[in-house]
Amino acid sequence: MAVAFAVLDGRPGPTPLTRLLPRAGWMFYAAAALALFVVFPVCNLLVPVTSPLHISDFVVTLLGKIMCYAIVALAMDLIWGYTGILSLGHGLFFALGGYAMGMYLMRSIGHEGVYESDLPDFMVFLDWKQYPWYWSFTDHFWYAALLVVLVPGLIAFVFGYFAFRSRIRGVYFSIITQALTYAAMLLFFRNDTGFGGNNGFTDFKRILGYSITAPGTRMTLFVVTGAALLGFLVLGRAIVTSKLGRVLTAIRDAETRVMFSGYNPVYFKLFIWTVSAVICGIAGALYVPQVGIINPSEMSPANSIEIAIWAAVGGRGTLVGPVIGAGVVNLGKSWFTQAFPEFWLFVLGLVFILVTLFLPQGIVGLWRRRGR
Amino acid sequence: MTRQSARGWNAACVLLAAALAWWPVAAAAVAPDTVRALAFGDADAKDNALATLIDGKDLGAIPLLQAFLDGDVKAIGEDRVLIVKDGKATDPTSGAAVTPLPENLDDVVVNNRLRRTIGTVIAAMKLASPDRATRANAAKELSGSADEAMLPAISAALAKEADPEIRASLTLTQASIQLASGDKATRLAAIRALAQSDAGATRTLLVAVLERKGNAFVEPDAEIRGEAQRSLTAVERRLALGDAAARVFTGISLGSILLLAALGLAITYGLMGVINMAHGELIMIGAYATYVVQNLFRQHFPGAFDLYLVVALPVAFGVSAAVGMLLERTVIRFLYGRPLETLLATWGLSLILIQAVRTIFGAQNVQVENPAWMAGGVEIMTGVVLPHSRIVIIAFAAIVLLLVWALLTRTRLGLFVRAVTQNRAMASALGVPTVRVDMLAFGLGSGVAGLAGCALSQIGNVGPDLGQSYIVDSFMVVVLGGVGQLAGTVYAAMGLGIFDKFLEAWSGAVLAKIAVLVFIIIFIQKRPQGLFAMKGRMAEA
Repeated sequence: MAVAFAVLDGRPGPTPLTRLLPRAGWMFYAAAALALFVVFPVCNLLVPVTSPLHISDFVVTLLGKIMCYAIVALAMDLIWGYTGILSLGHGLFFALGGYAMGMYLMRSIGHEGVYESDLPDFMVFLDWKQYPWYWSFTDHFWYAALLVVLVPGLIAFVFGYFAFRSRIRGVYFSIITQALTYAAMLLFFRNDTGFGGNNGFTDFKRILGYSITAPGTRMTLFVVTGAALLGFLVLGRAIVTSKLGRVLTAIRDAETRVMFSGYNPVYFKLFIWTVSAVICGIAGALYVPQVGIINPSEMSPANSIEIAIWAAVGGRGTLVGPVIGAGVVNLGKSWFTQAFPEFWLFVLGLVFILVTLFLPQGIVGLWRRRGR
Repeated sequence: MTRQSARGWNAACVLLAAALAWWPVAAAAVAPDTVRALAFGDADAKDNALATLIDGKDLGAIPLLQAFLDGDVKAIGEDRVLIVKDGKATDPTSGAAVTPLPENLDDVVVNNRLRRTIGTVIAAMKLASPDRATRANAAKELSGSADEAMLPAISAALAKEADPEIRASLTLTQASIQLASGDKATRLAAIRALAQSDAGATRTLLVAVLERKGNAFVEPDAEIRGEAQRSLTAVERRLALGDAAARVFTGISLGSILLLAALGLAITYGLMGVINMAHGELIMIGAYATYVVQNLFRQHFPGAFDLYLVVALPVAFGVSAAVGMLLERTVIRFLYGRPLETLLATWGLSLILIQAVRTIFGAQNVQVENPAWMAGGVEIMTGVVLPHSRIVIIAFAAIVLLLVWALLTRTRLGLFVRAVTQNRAMASALGVPTVRVDMLAFGLGSGVAGLAGCALSQIGNVGPDLGQSYIVDSFMVVVLGGVGQLAGTVYAAMGLGIFDKFLEAWSGAVLAKIAVLVFIIIFIQKRPQGLFAMKGRMAEA
């Protein structure tokens, strides 16, 4: 692992590819890709259940979920770790991407709902006769995929434009993003909003014509999520090593000086903020078909603040840190909530406190200190 | 009963009302024959029985009649009648309790006509009662349901009544009945009298007078229509006023709750700059402290239960302040000057506090009972009731605000707190024990949160998640009001409360809440420093 930290955040080399990552870094990516795209599918689908090499469906689903979280943590790190803007509203973008995908999945249920109607069950229940306008075209996958990117992107862009233009920063920004996701949660809890109210979307049947519960579909989603995670890691690396990335880091460290140097921080912040929201949306879209449900509680302020702690546990300002943080915290969560459900909040609370007090650099920082 | 006997009834009512108005009440047991006739007789027998009761001017019959209305009268076989209420049986003829409860009880059927008649008789009897409260209640009941049959009884009662409040109520009831009279002068007088009303039902009556069918008015007389229009305008203005008053009141009530929740935060965040996400949990702890004190009182001093709040207030303050100071000493002080880290760490603290309370008290909501003096309310207009609990909380918020203000501006500690806020290094150089002041100020903010919890426990649910629902709101108030200003917090809380309630009437609760949040987001665009910005160098600090 120590090698991974060193190579993933190491110094850039001379050629375009090695400028992004040293050779050893690319080797690490290759290994990760091999594991995700070859070892997991083979061990889950082809190796018999009785064999010790078999990887169970449970593990695949759990890891698929955690990879989605890791993508979110990565997005959070771009905006918080590198640019110094703590968003407490990333759960909103995640949920919006999930809802956009969920709309497509709801429409693919077809007539197999409880009421055997053209409309989703919750609309039948509300006695609606047709889809509201914002549901138009969502029966096409490509359009839903477009929404996954556009909706979080657009909302983040508009919100960010006004917020950054007014020079809202620091804690003010955090609290306003929290209010934003809280307001959205209240909105989505209403039945009349047209997104299934409390229950949200669930009981999906198929995606692109394939049964959503089939082992092949699940593995495909897993592989796609893995590819997205690796892709976003490279993208993140490209951003933070570019000149743009240097400016972002400079904004984090001394925004006023950046302004005095002739840069307008608004557009830099707006860019990374929107990119971060879009990445979150995509993670949400990958998450929903894998766990089979999306509801407004994903937008609760508590969820968004937990995303921040994933990044903090792993190590802010590094790319691999948030991925590790998301993994560690969520593995811990799924173990604790099964073994000692009543202690999980104590542990999570302690993690919040101890990491901020004693581990400002997160787990990655721990390794670096050791290496020194 | 035929129409004839119905008219006979009205006459009986008049007699009864007149009789009861003049003669002292004689409480006698209801004769067994009368009871039997009421329960088992045919229509005529029942009428006769009621007439007998009226002749006897018998207030003692009211419970029996009421029991008939409530369906509490049960029959045993074909000749015995009992009043069965809450599993206890009473014999109406003697008033004695019957134990054990007989098994084969049949319901006594009271048809709608008899029900109406009995209701009227009871009201007439009550109107003649010597007890003012009984009369006032009867007048109030009648104002919603009186019909023509009651007119003589009401007129008789009016002739005797001296109390202005009851008189006003009865006059309105009389007028609304007389509106249907055949005599034009009576109707005009009735319509004029109705202009004094503030009840929604009056508007319906008057609108009916002005109704059109096709092109023609239902009411042919233009003079009556004109008068009705004038009265209607007057009533509607009064109704709108009452509506607005009620809304302003609920708005102020919500505002005072927001103020209580945010006042502590105005100290810890506004003055000290500590982002305390566990603030809501300090409120929650205050509410649970109240719960514990309440239970202690219930167990050990049930006689003084109504006074438990007097003890609960300081306890809630103390417990929350202690917890707050503990948090400050162990965690928060290491994070001064790093607001984002403070935010995360205090969020962690809030999770631990929630889970701790869940472990100790259980995940379910607990019951906190109001003391008796908080029950009930003040009716300022028909249908506009201001609950005592809300009034108390508004007053309480004002007192707490005053105390905090006095503490910050009139005491040595307040001076130190402000000095440390403005220039920590300078204050320290002048000998202010900044570390101690930090702890005490944080304790004060937390303690005020505890007081808020004590108040909130009186009007809402108390559960481990109590604080979570207030944290976003209270931060909004402080941010909107502007950091470091008590006045800003007050204006923001009251403004948000009233704004929210008016929007709520217009668009529903959830949309109102969303609109408020969106409004704040937009507002911050315009004035990032809040309503009352700090001026000069301090604004940058």
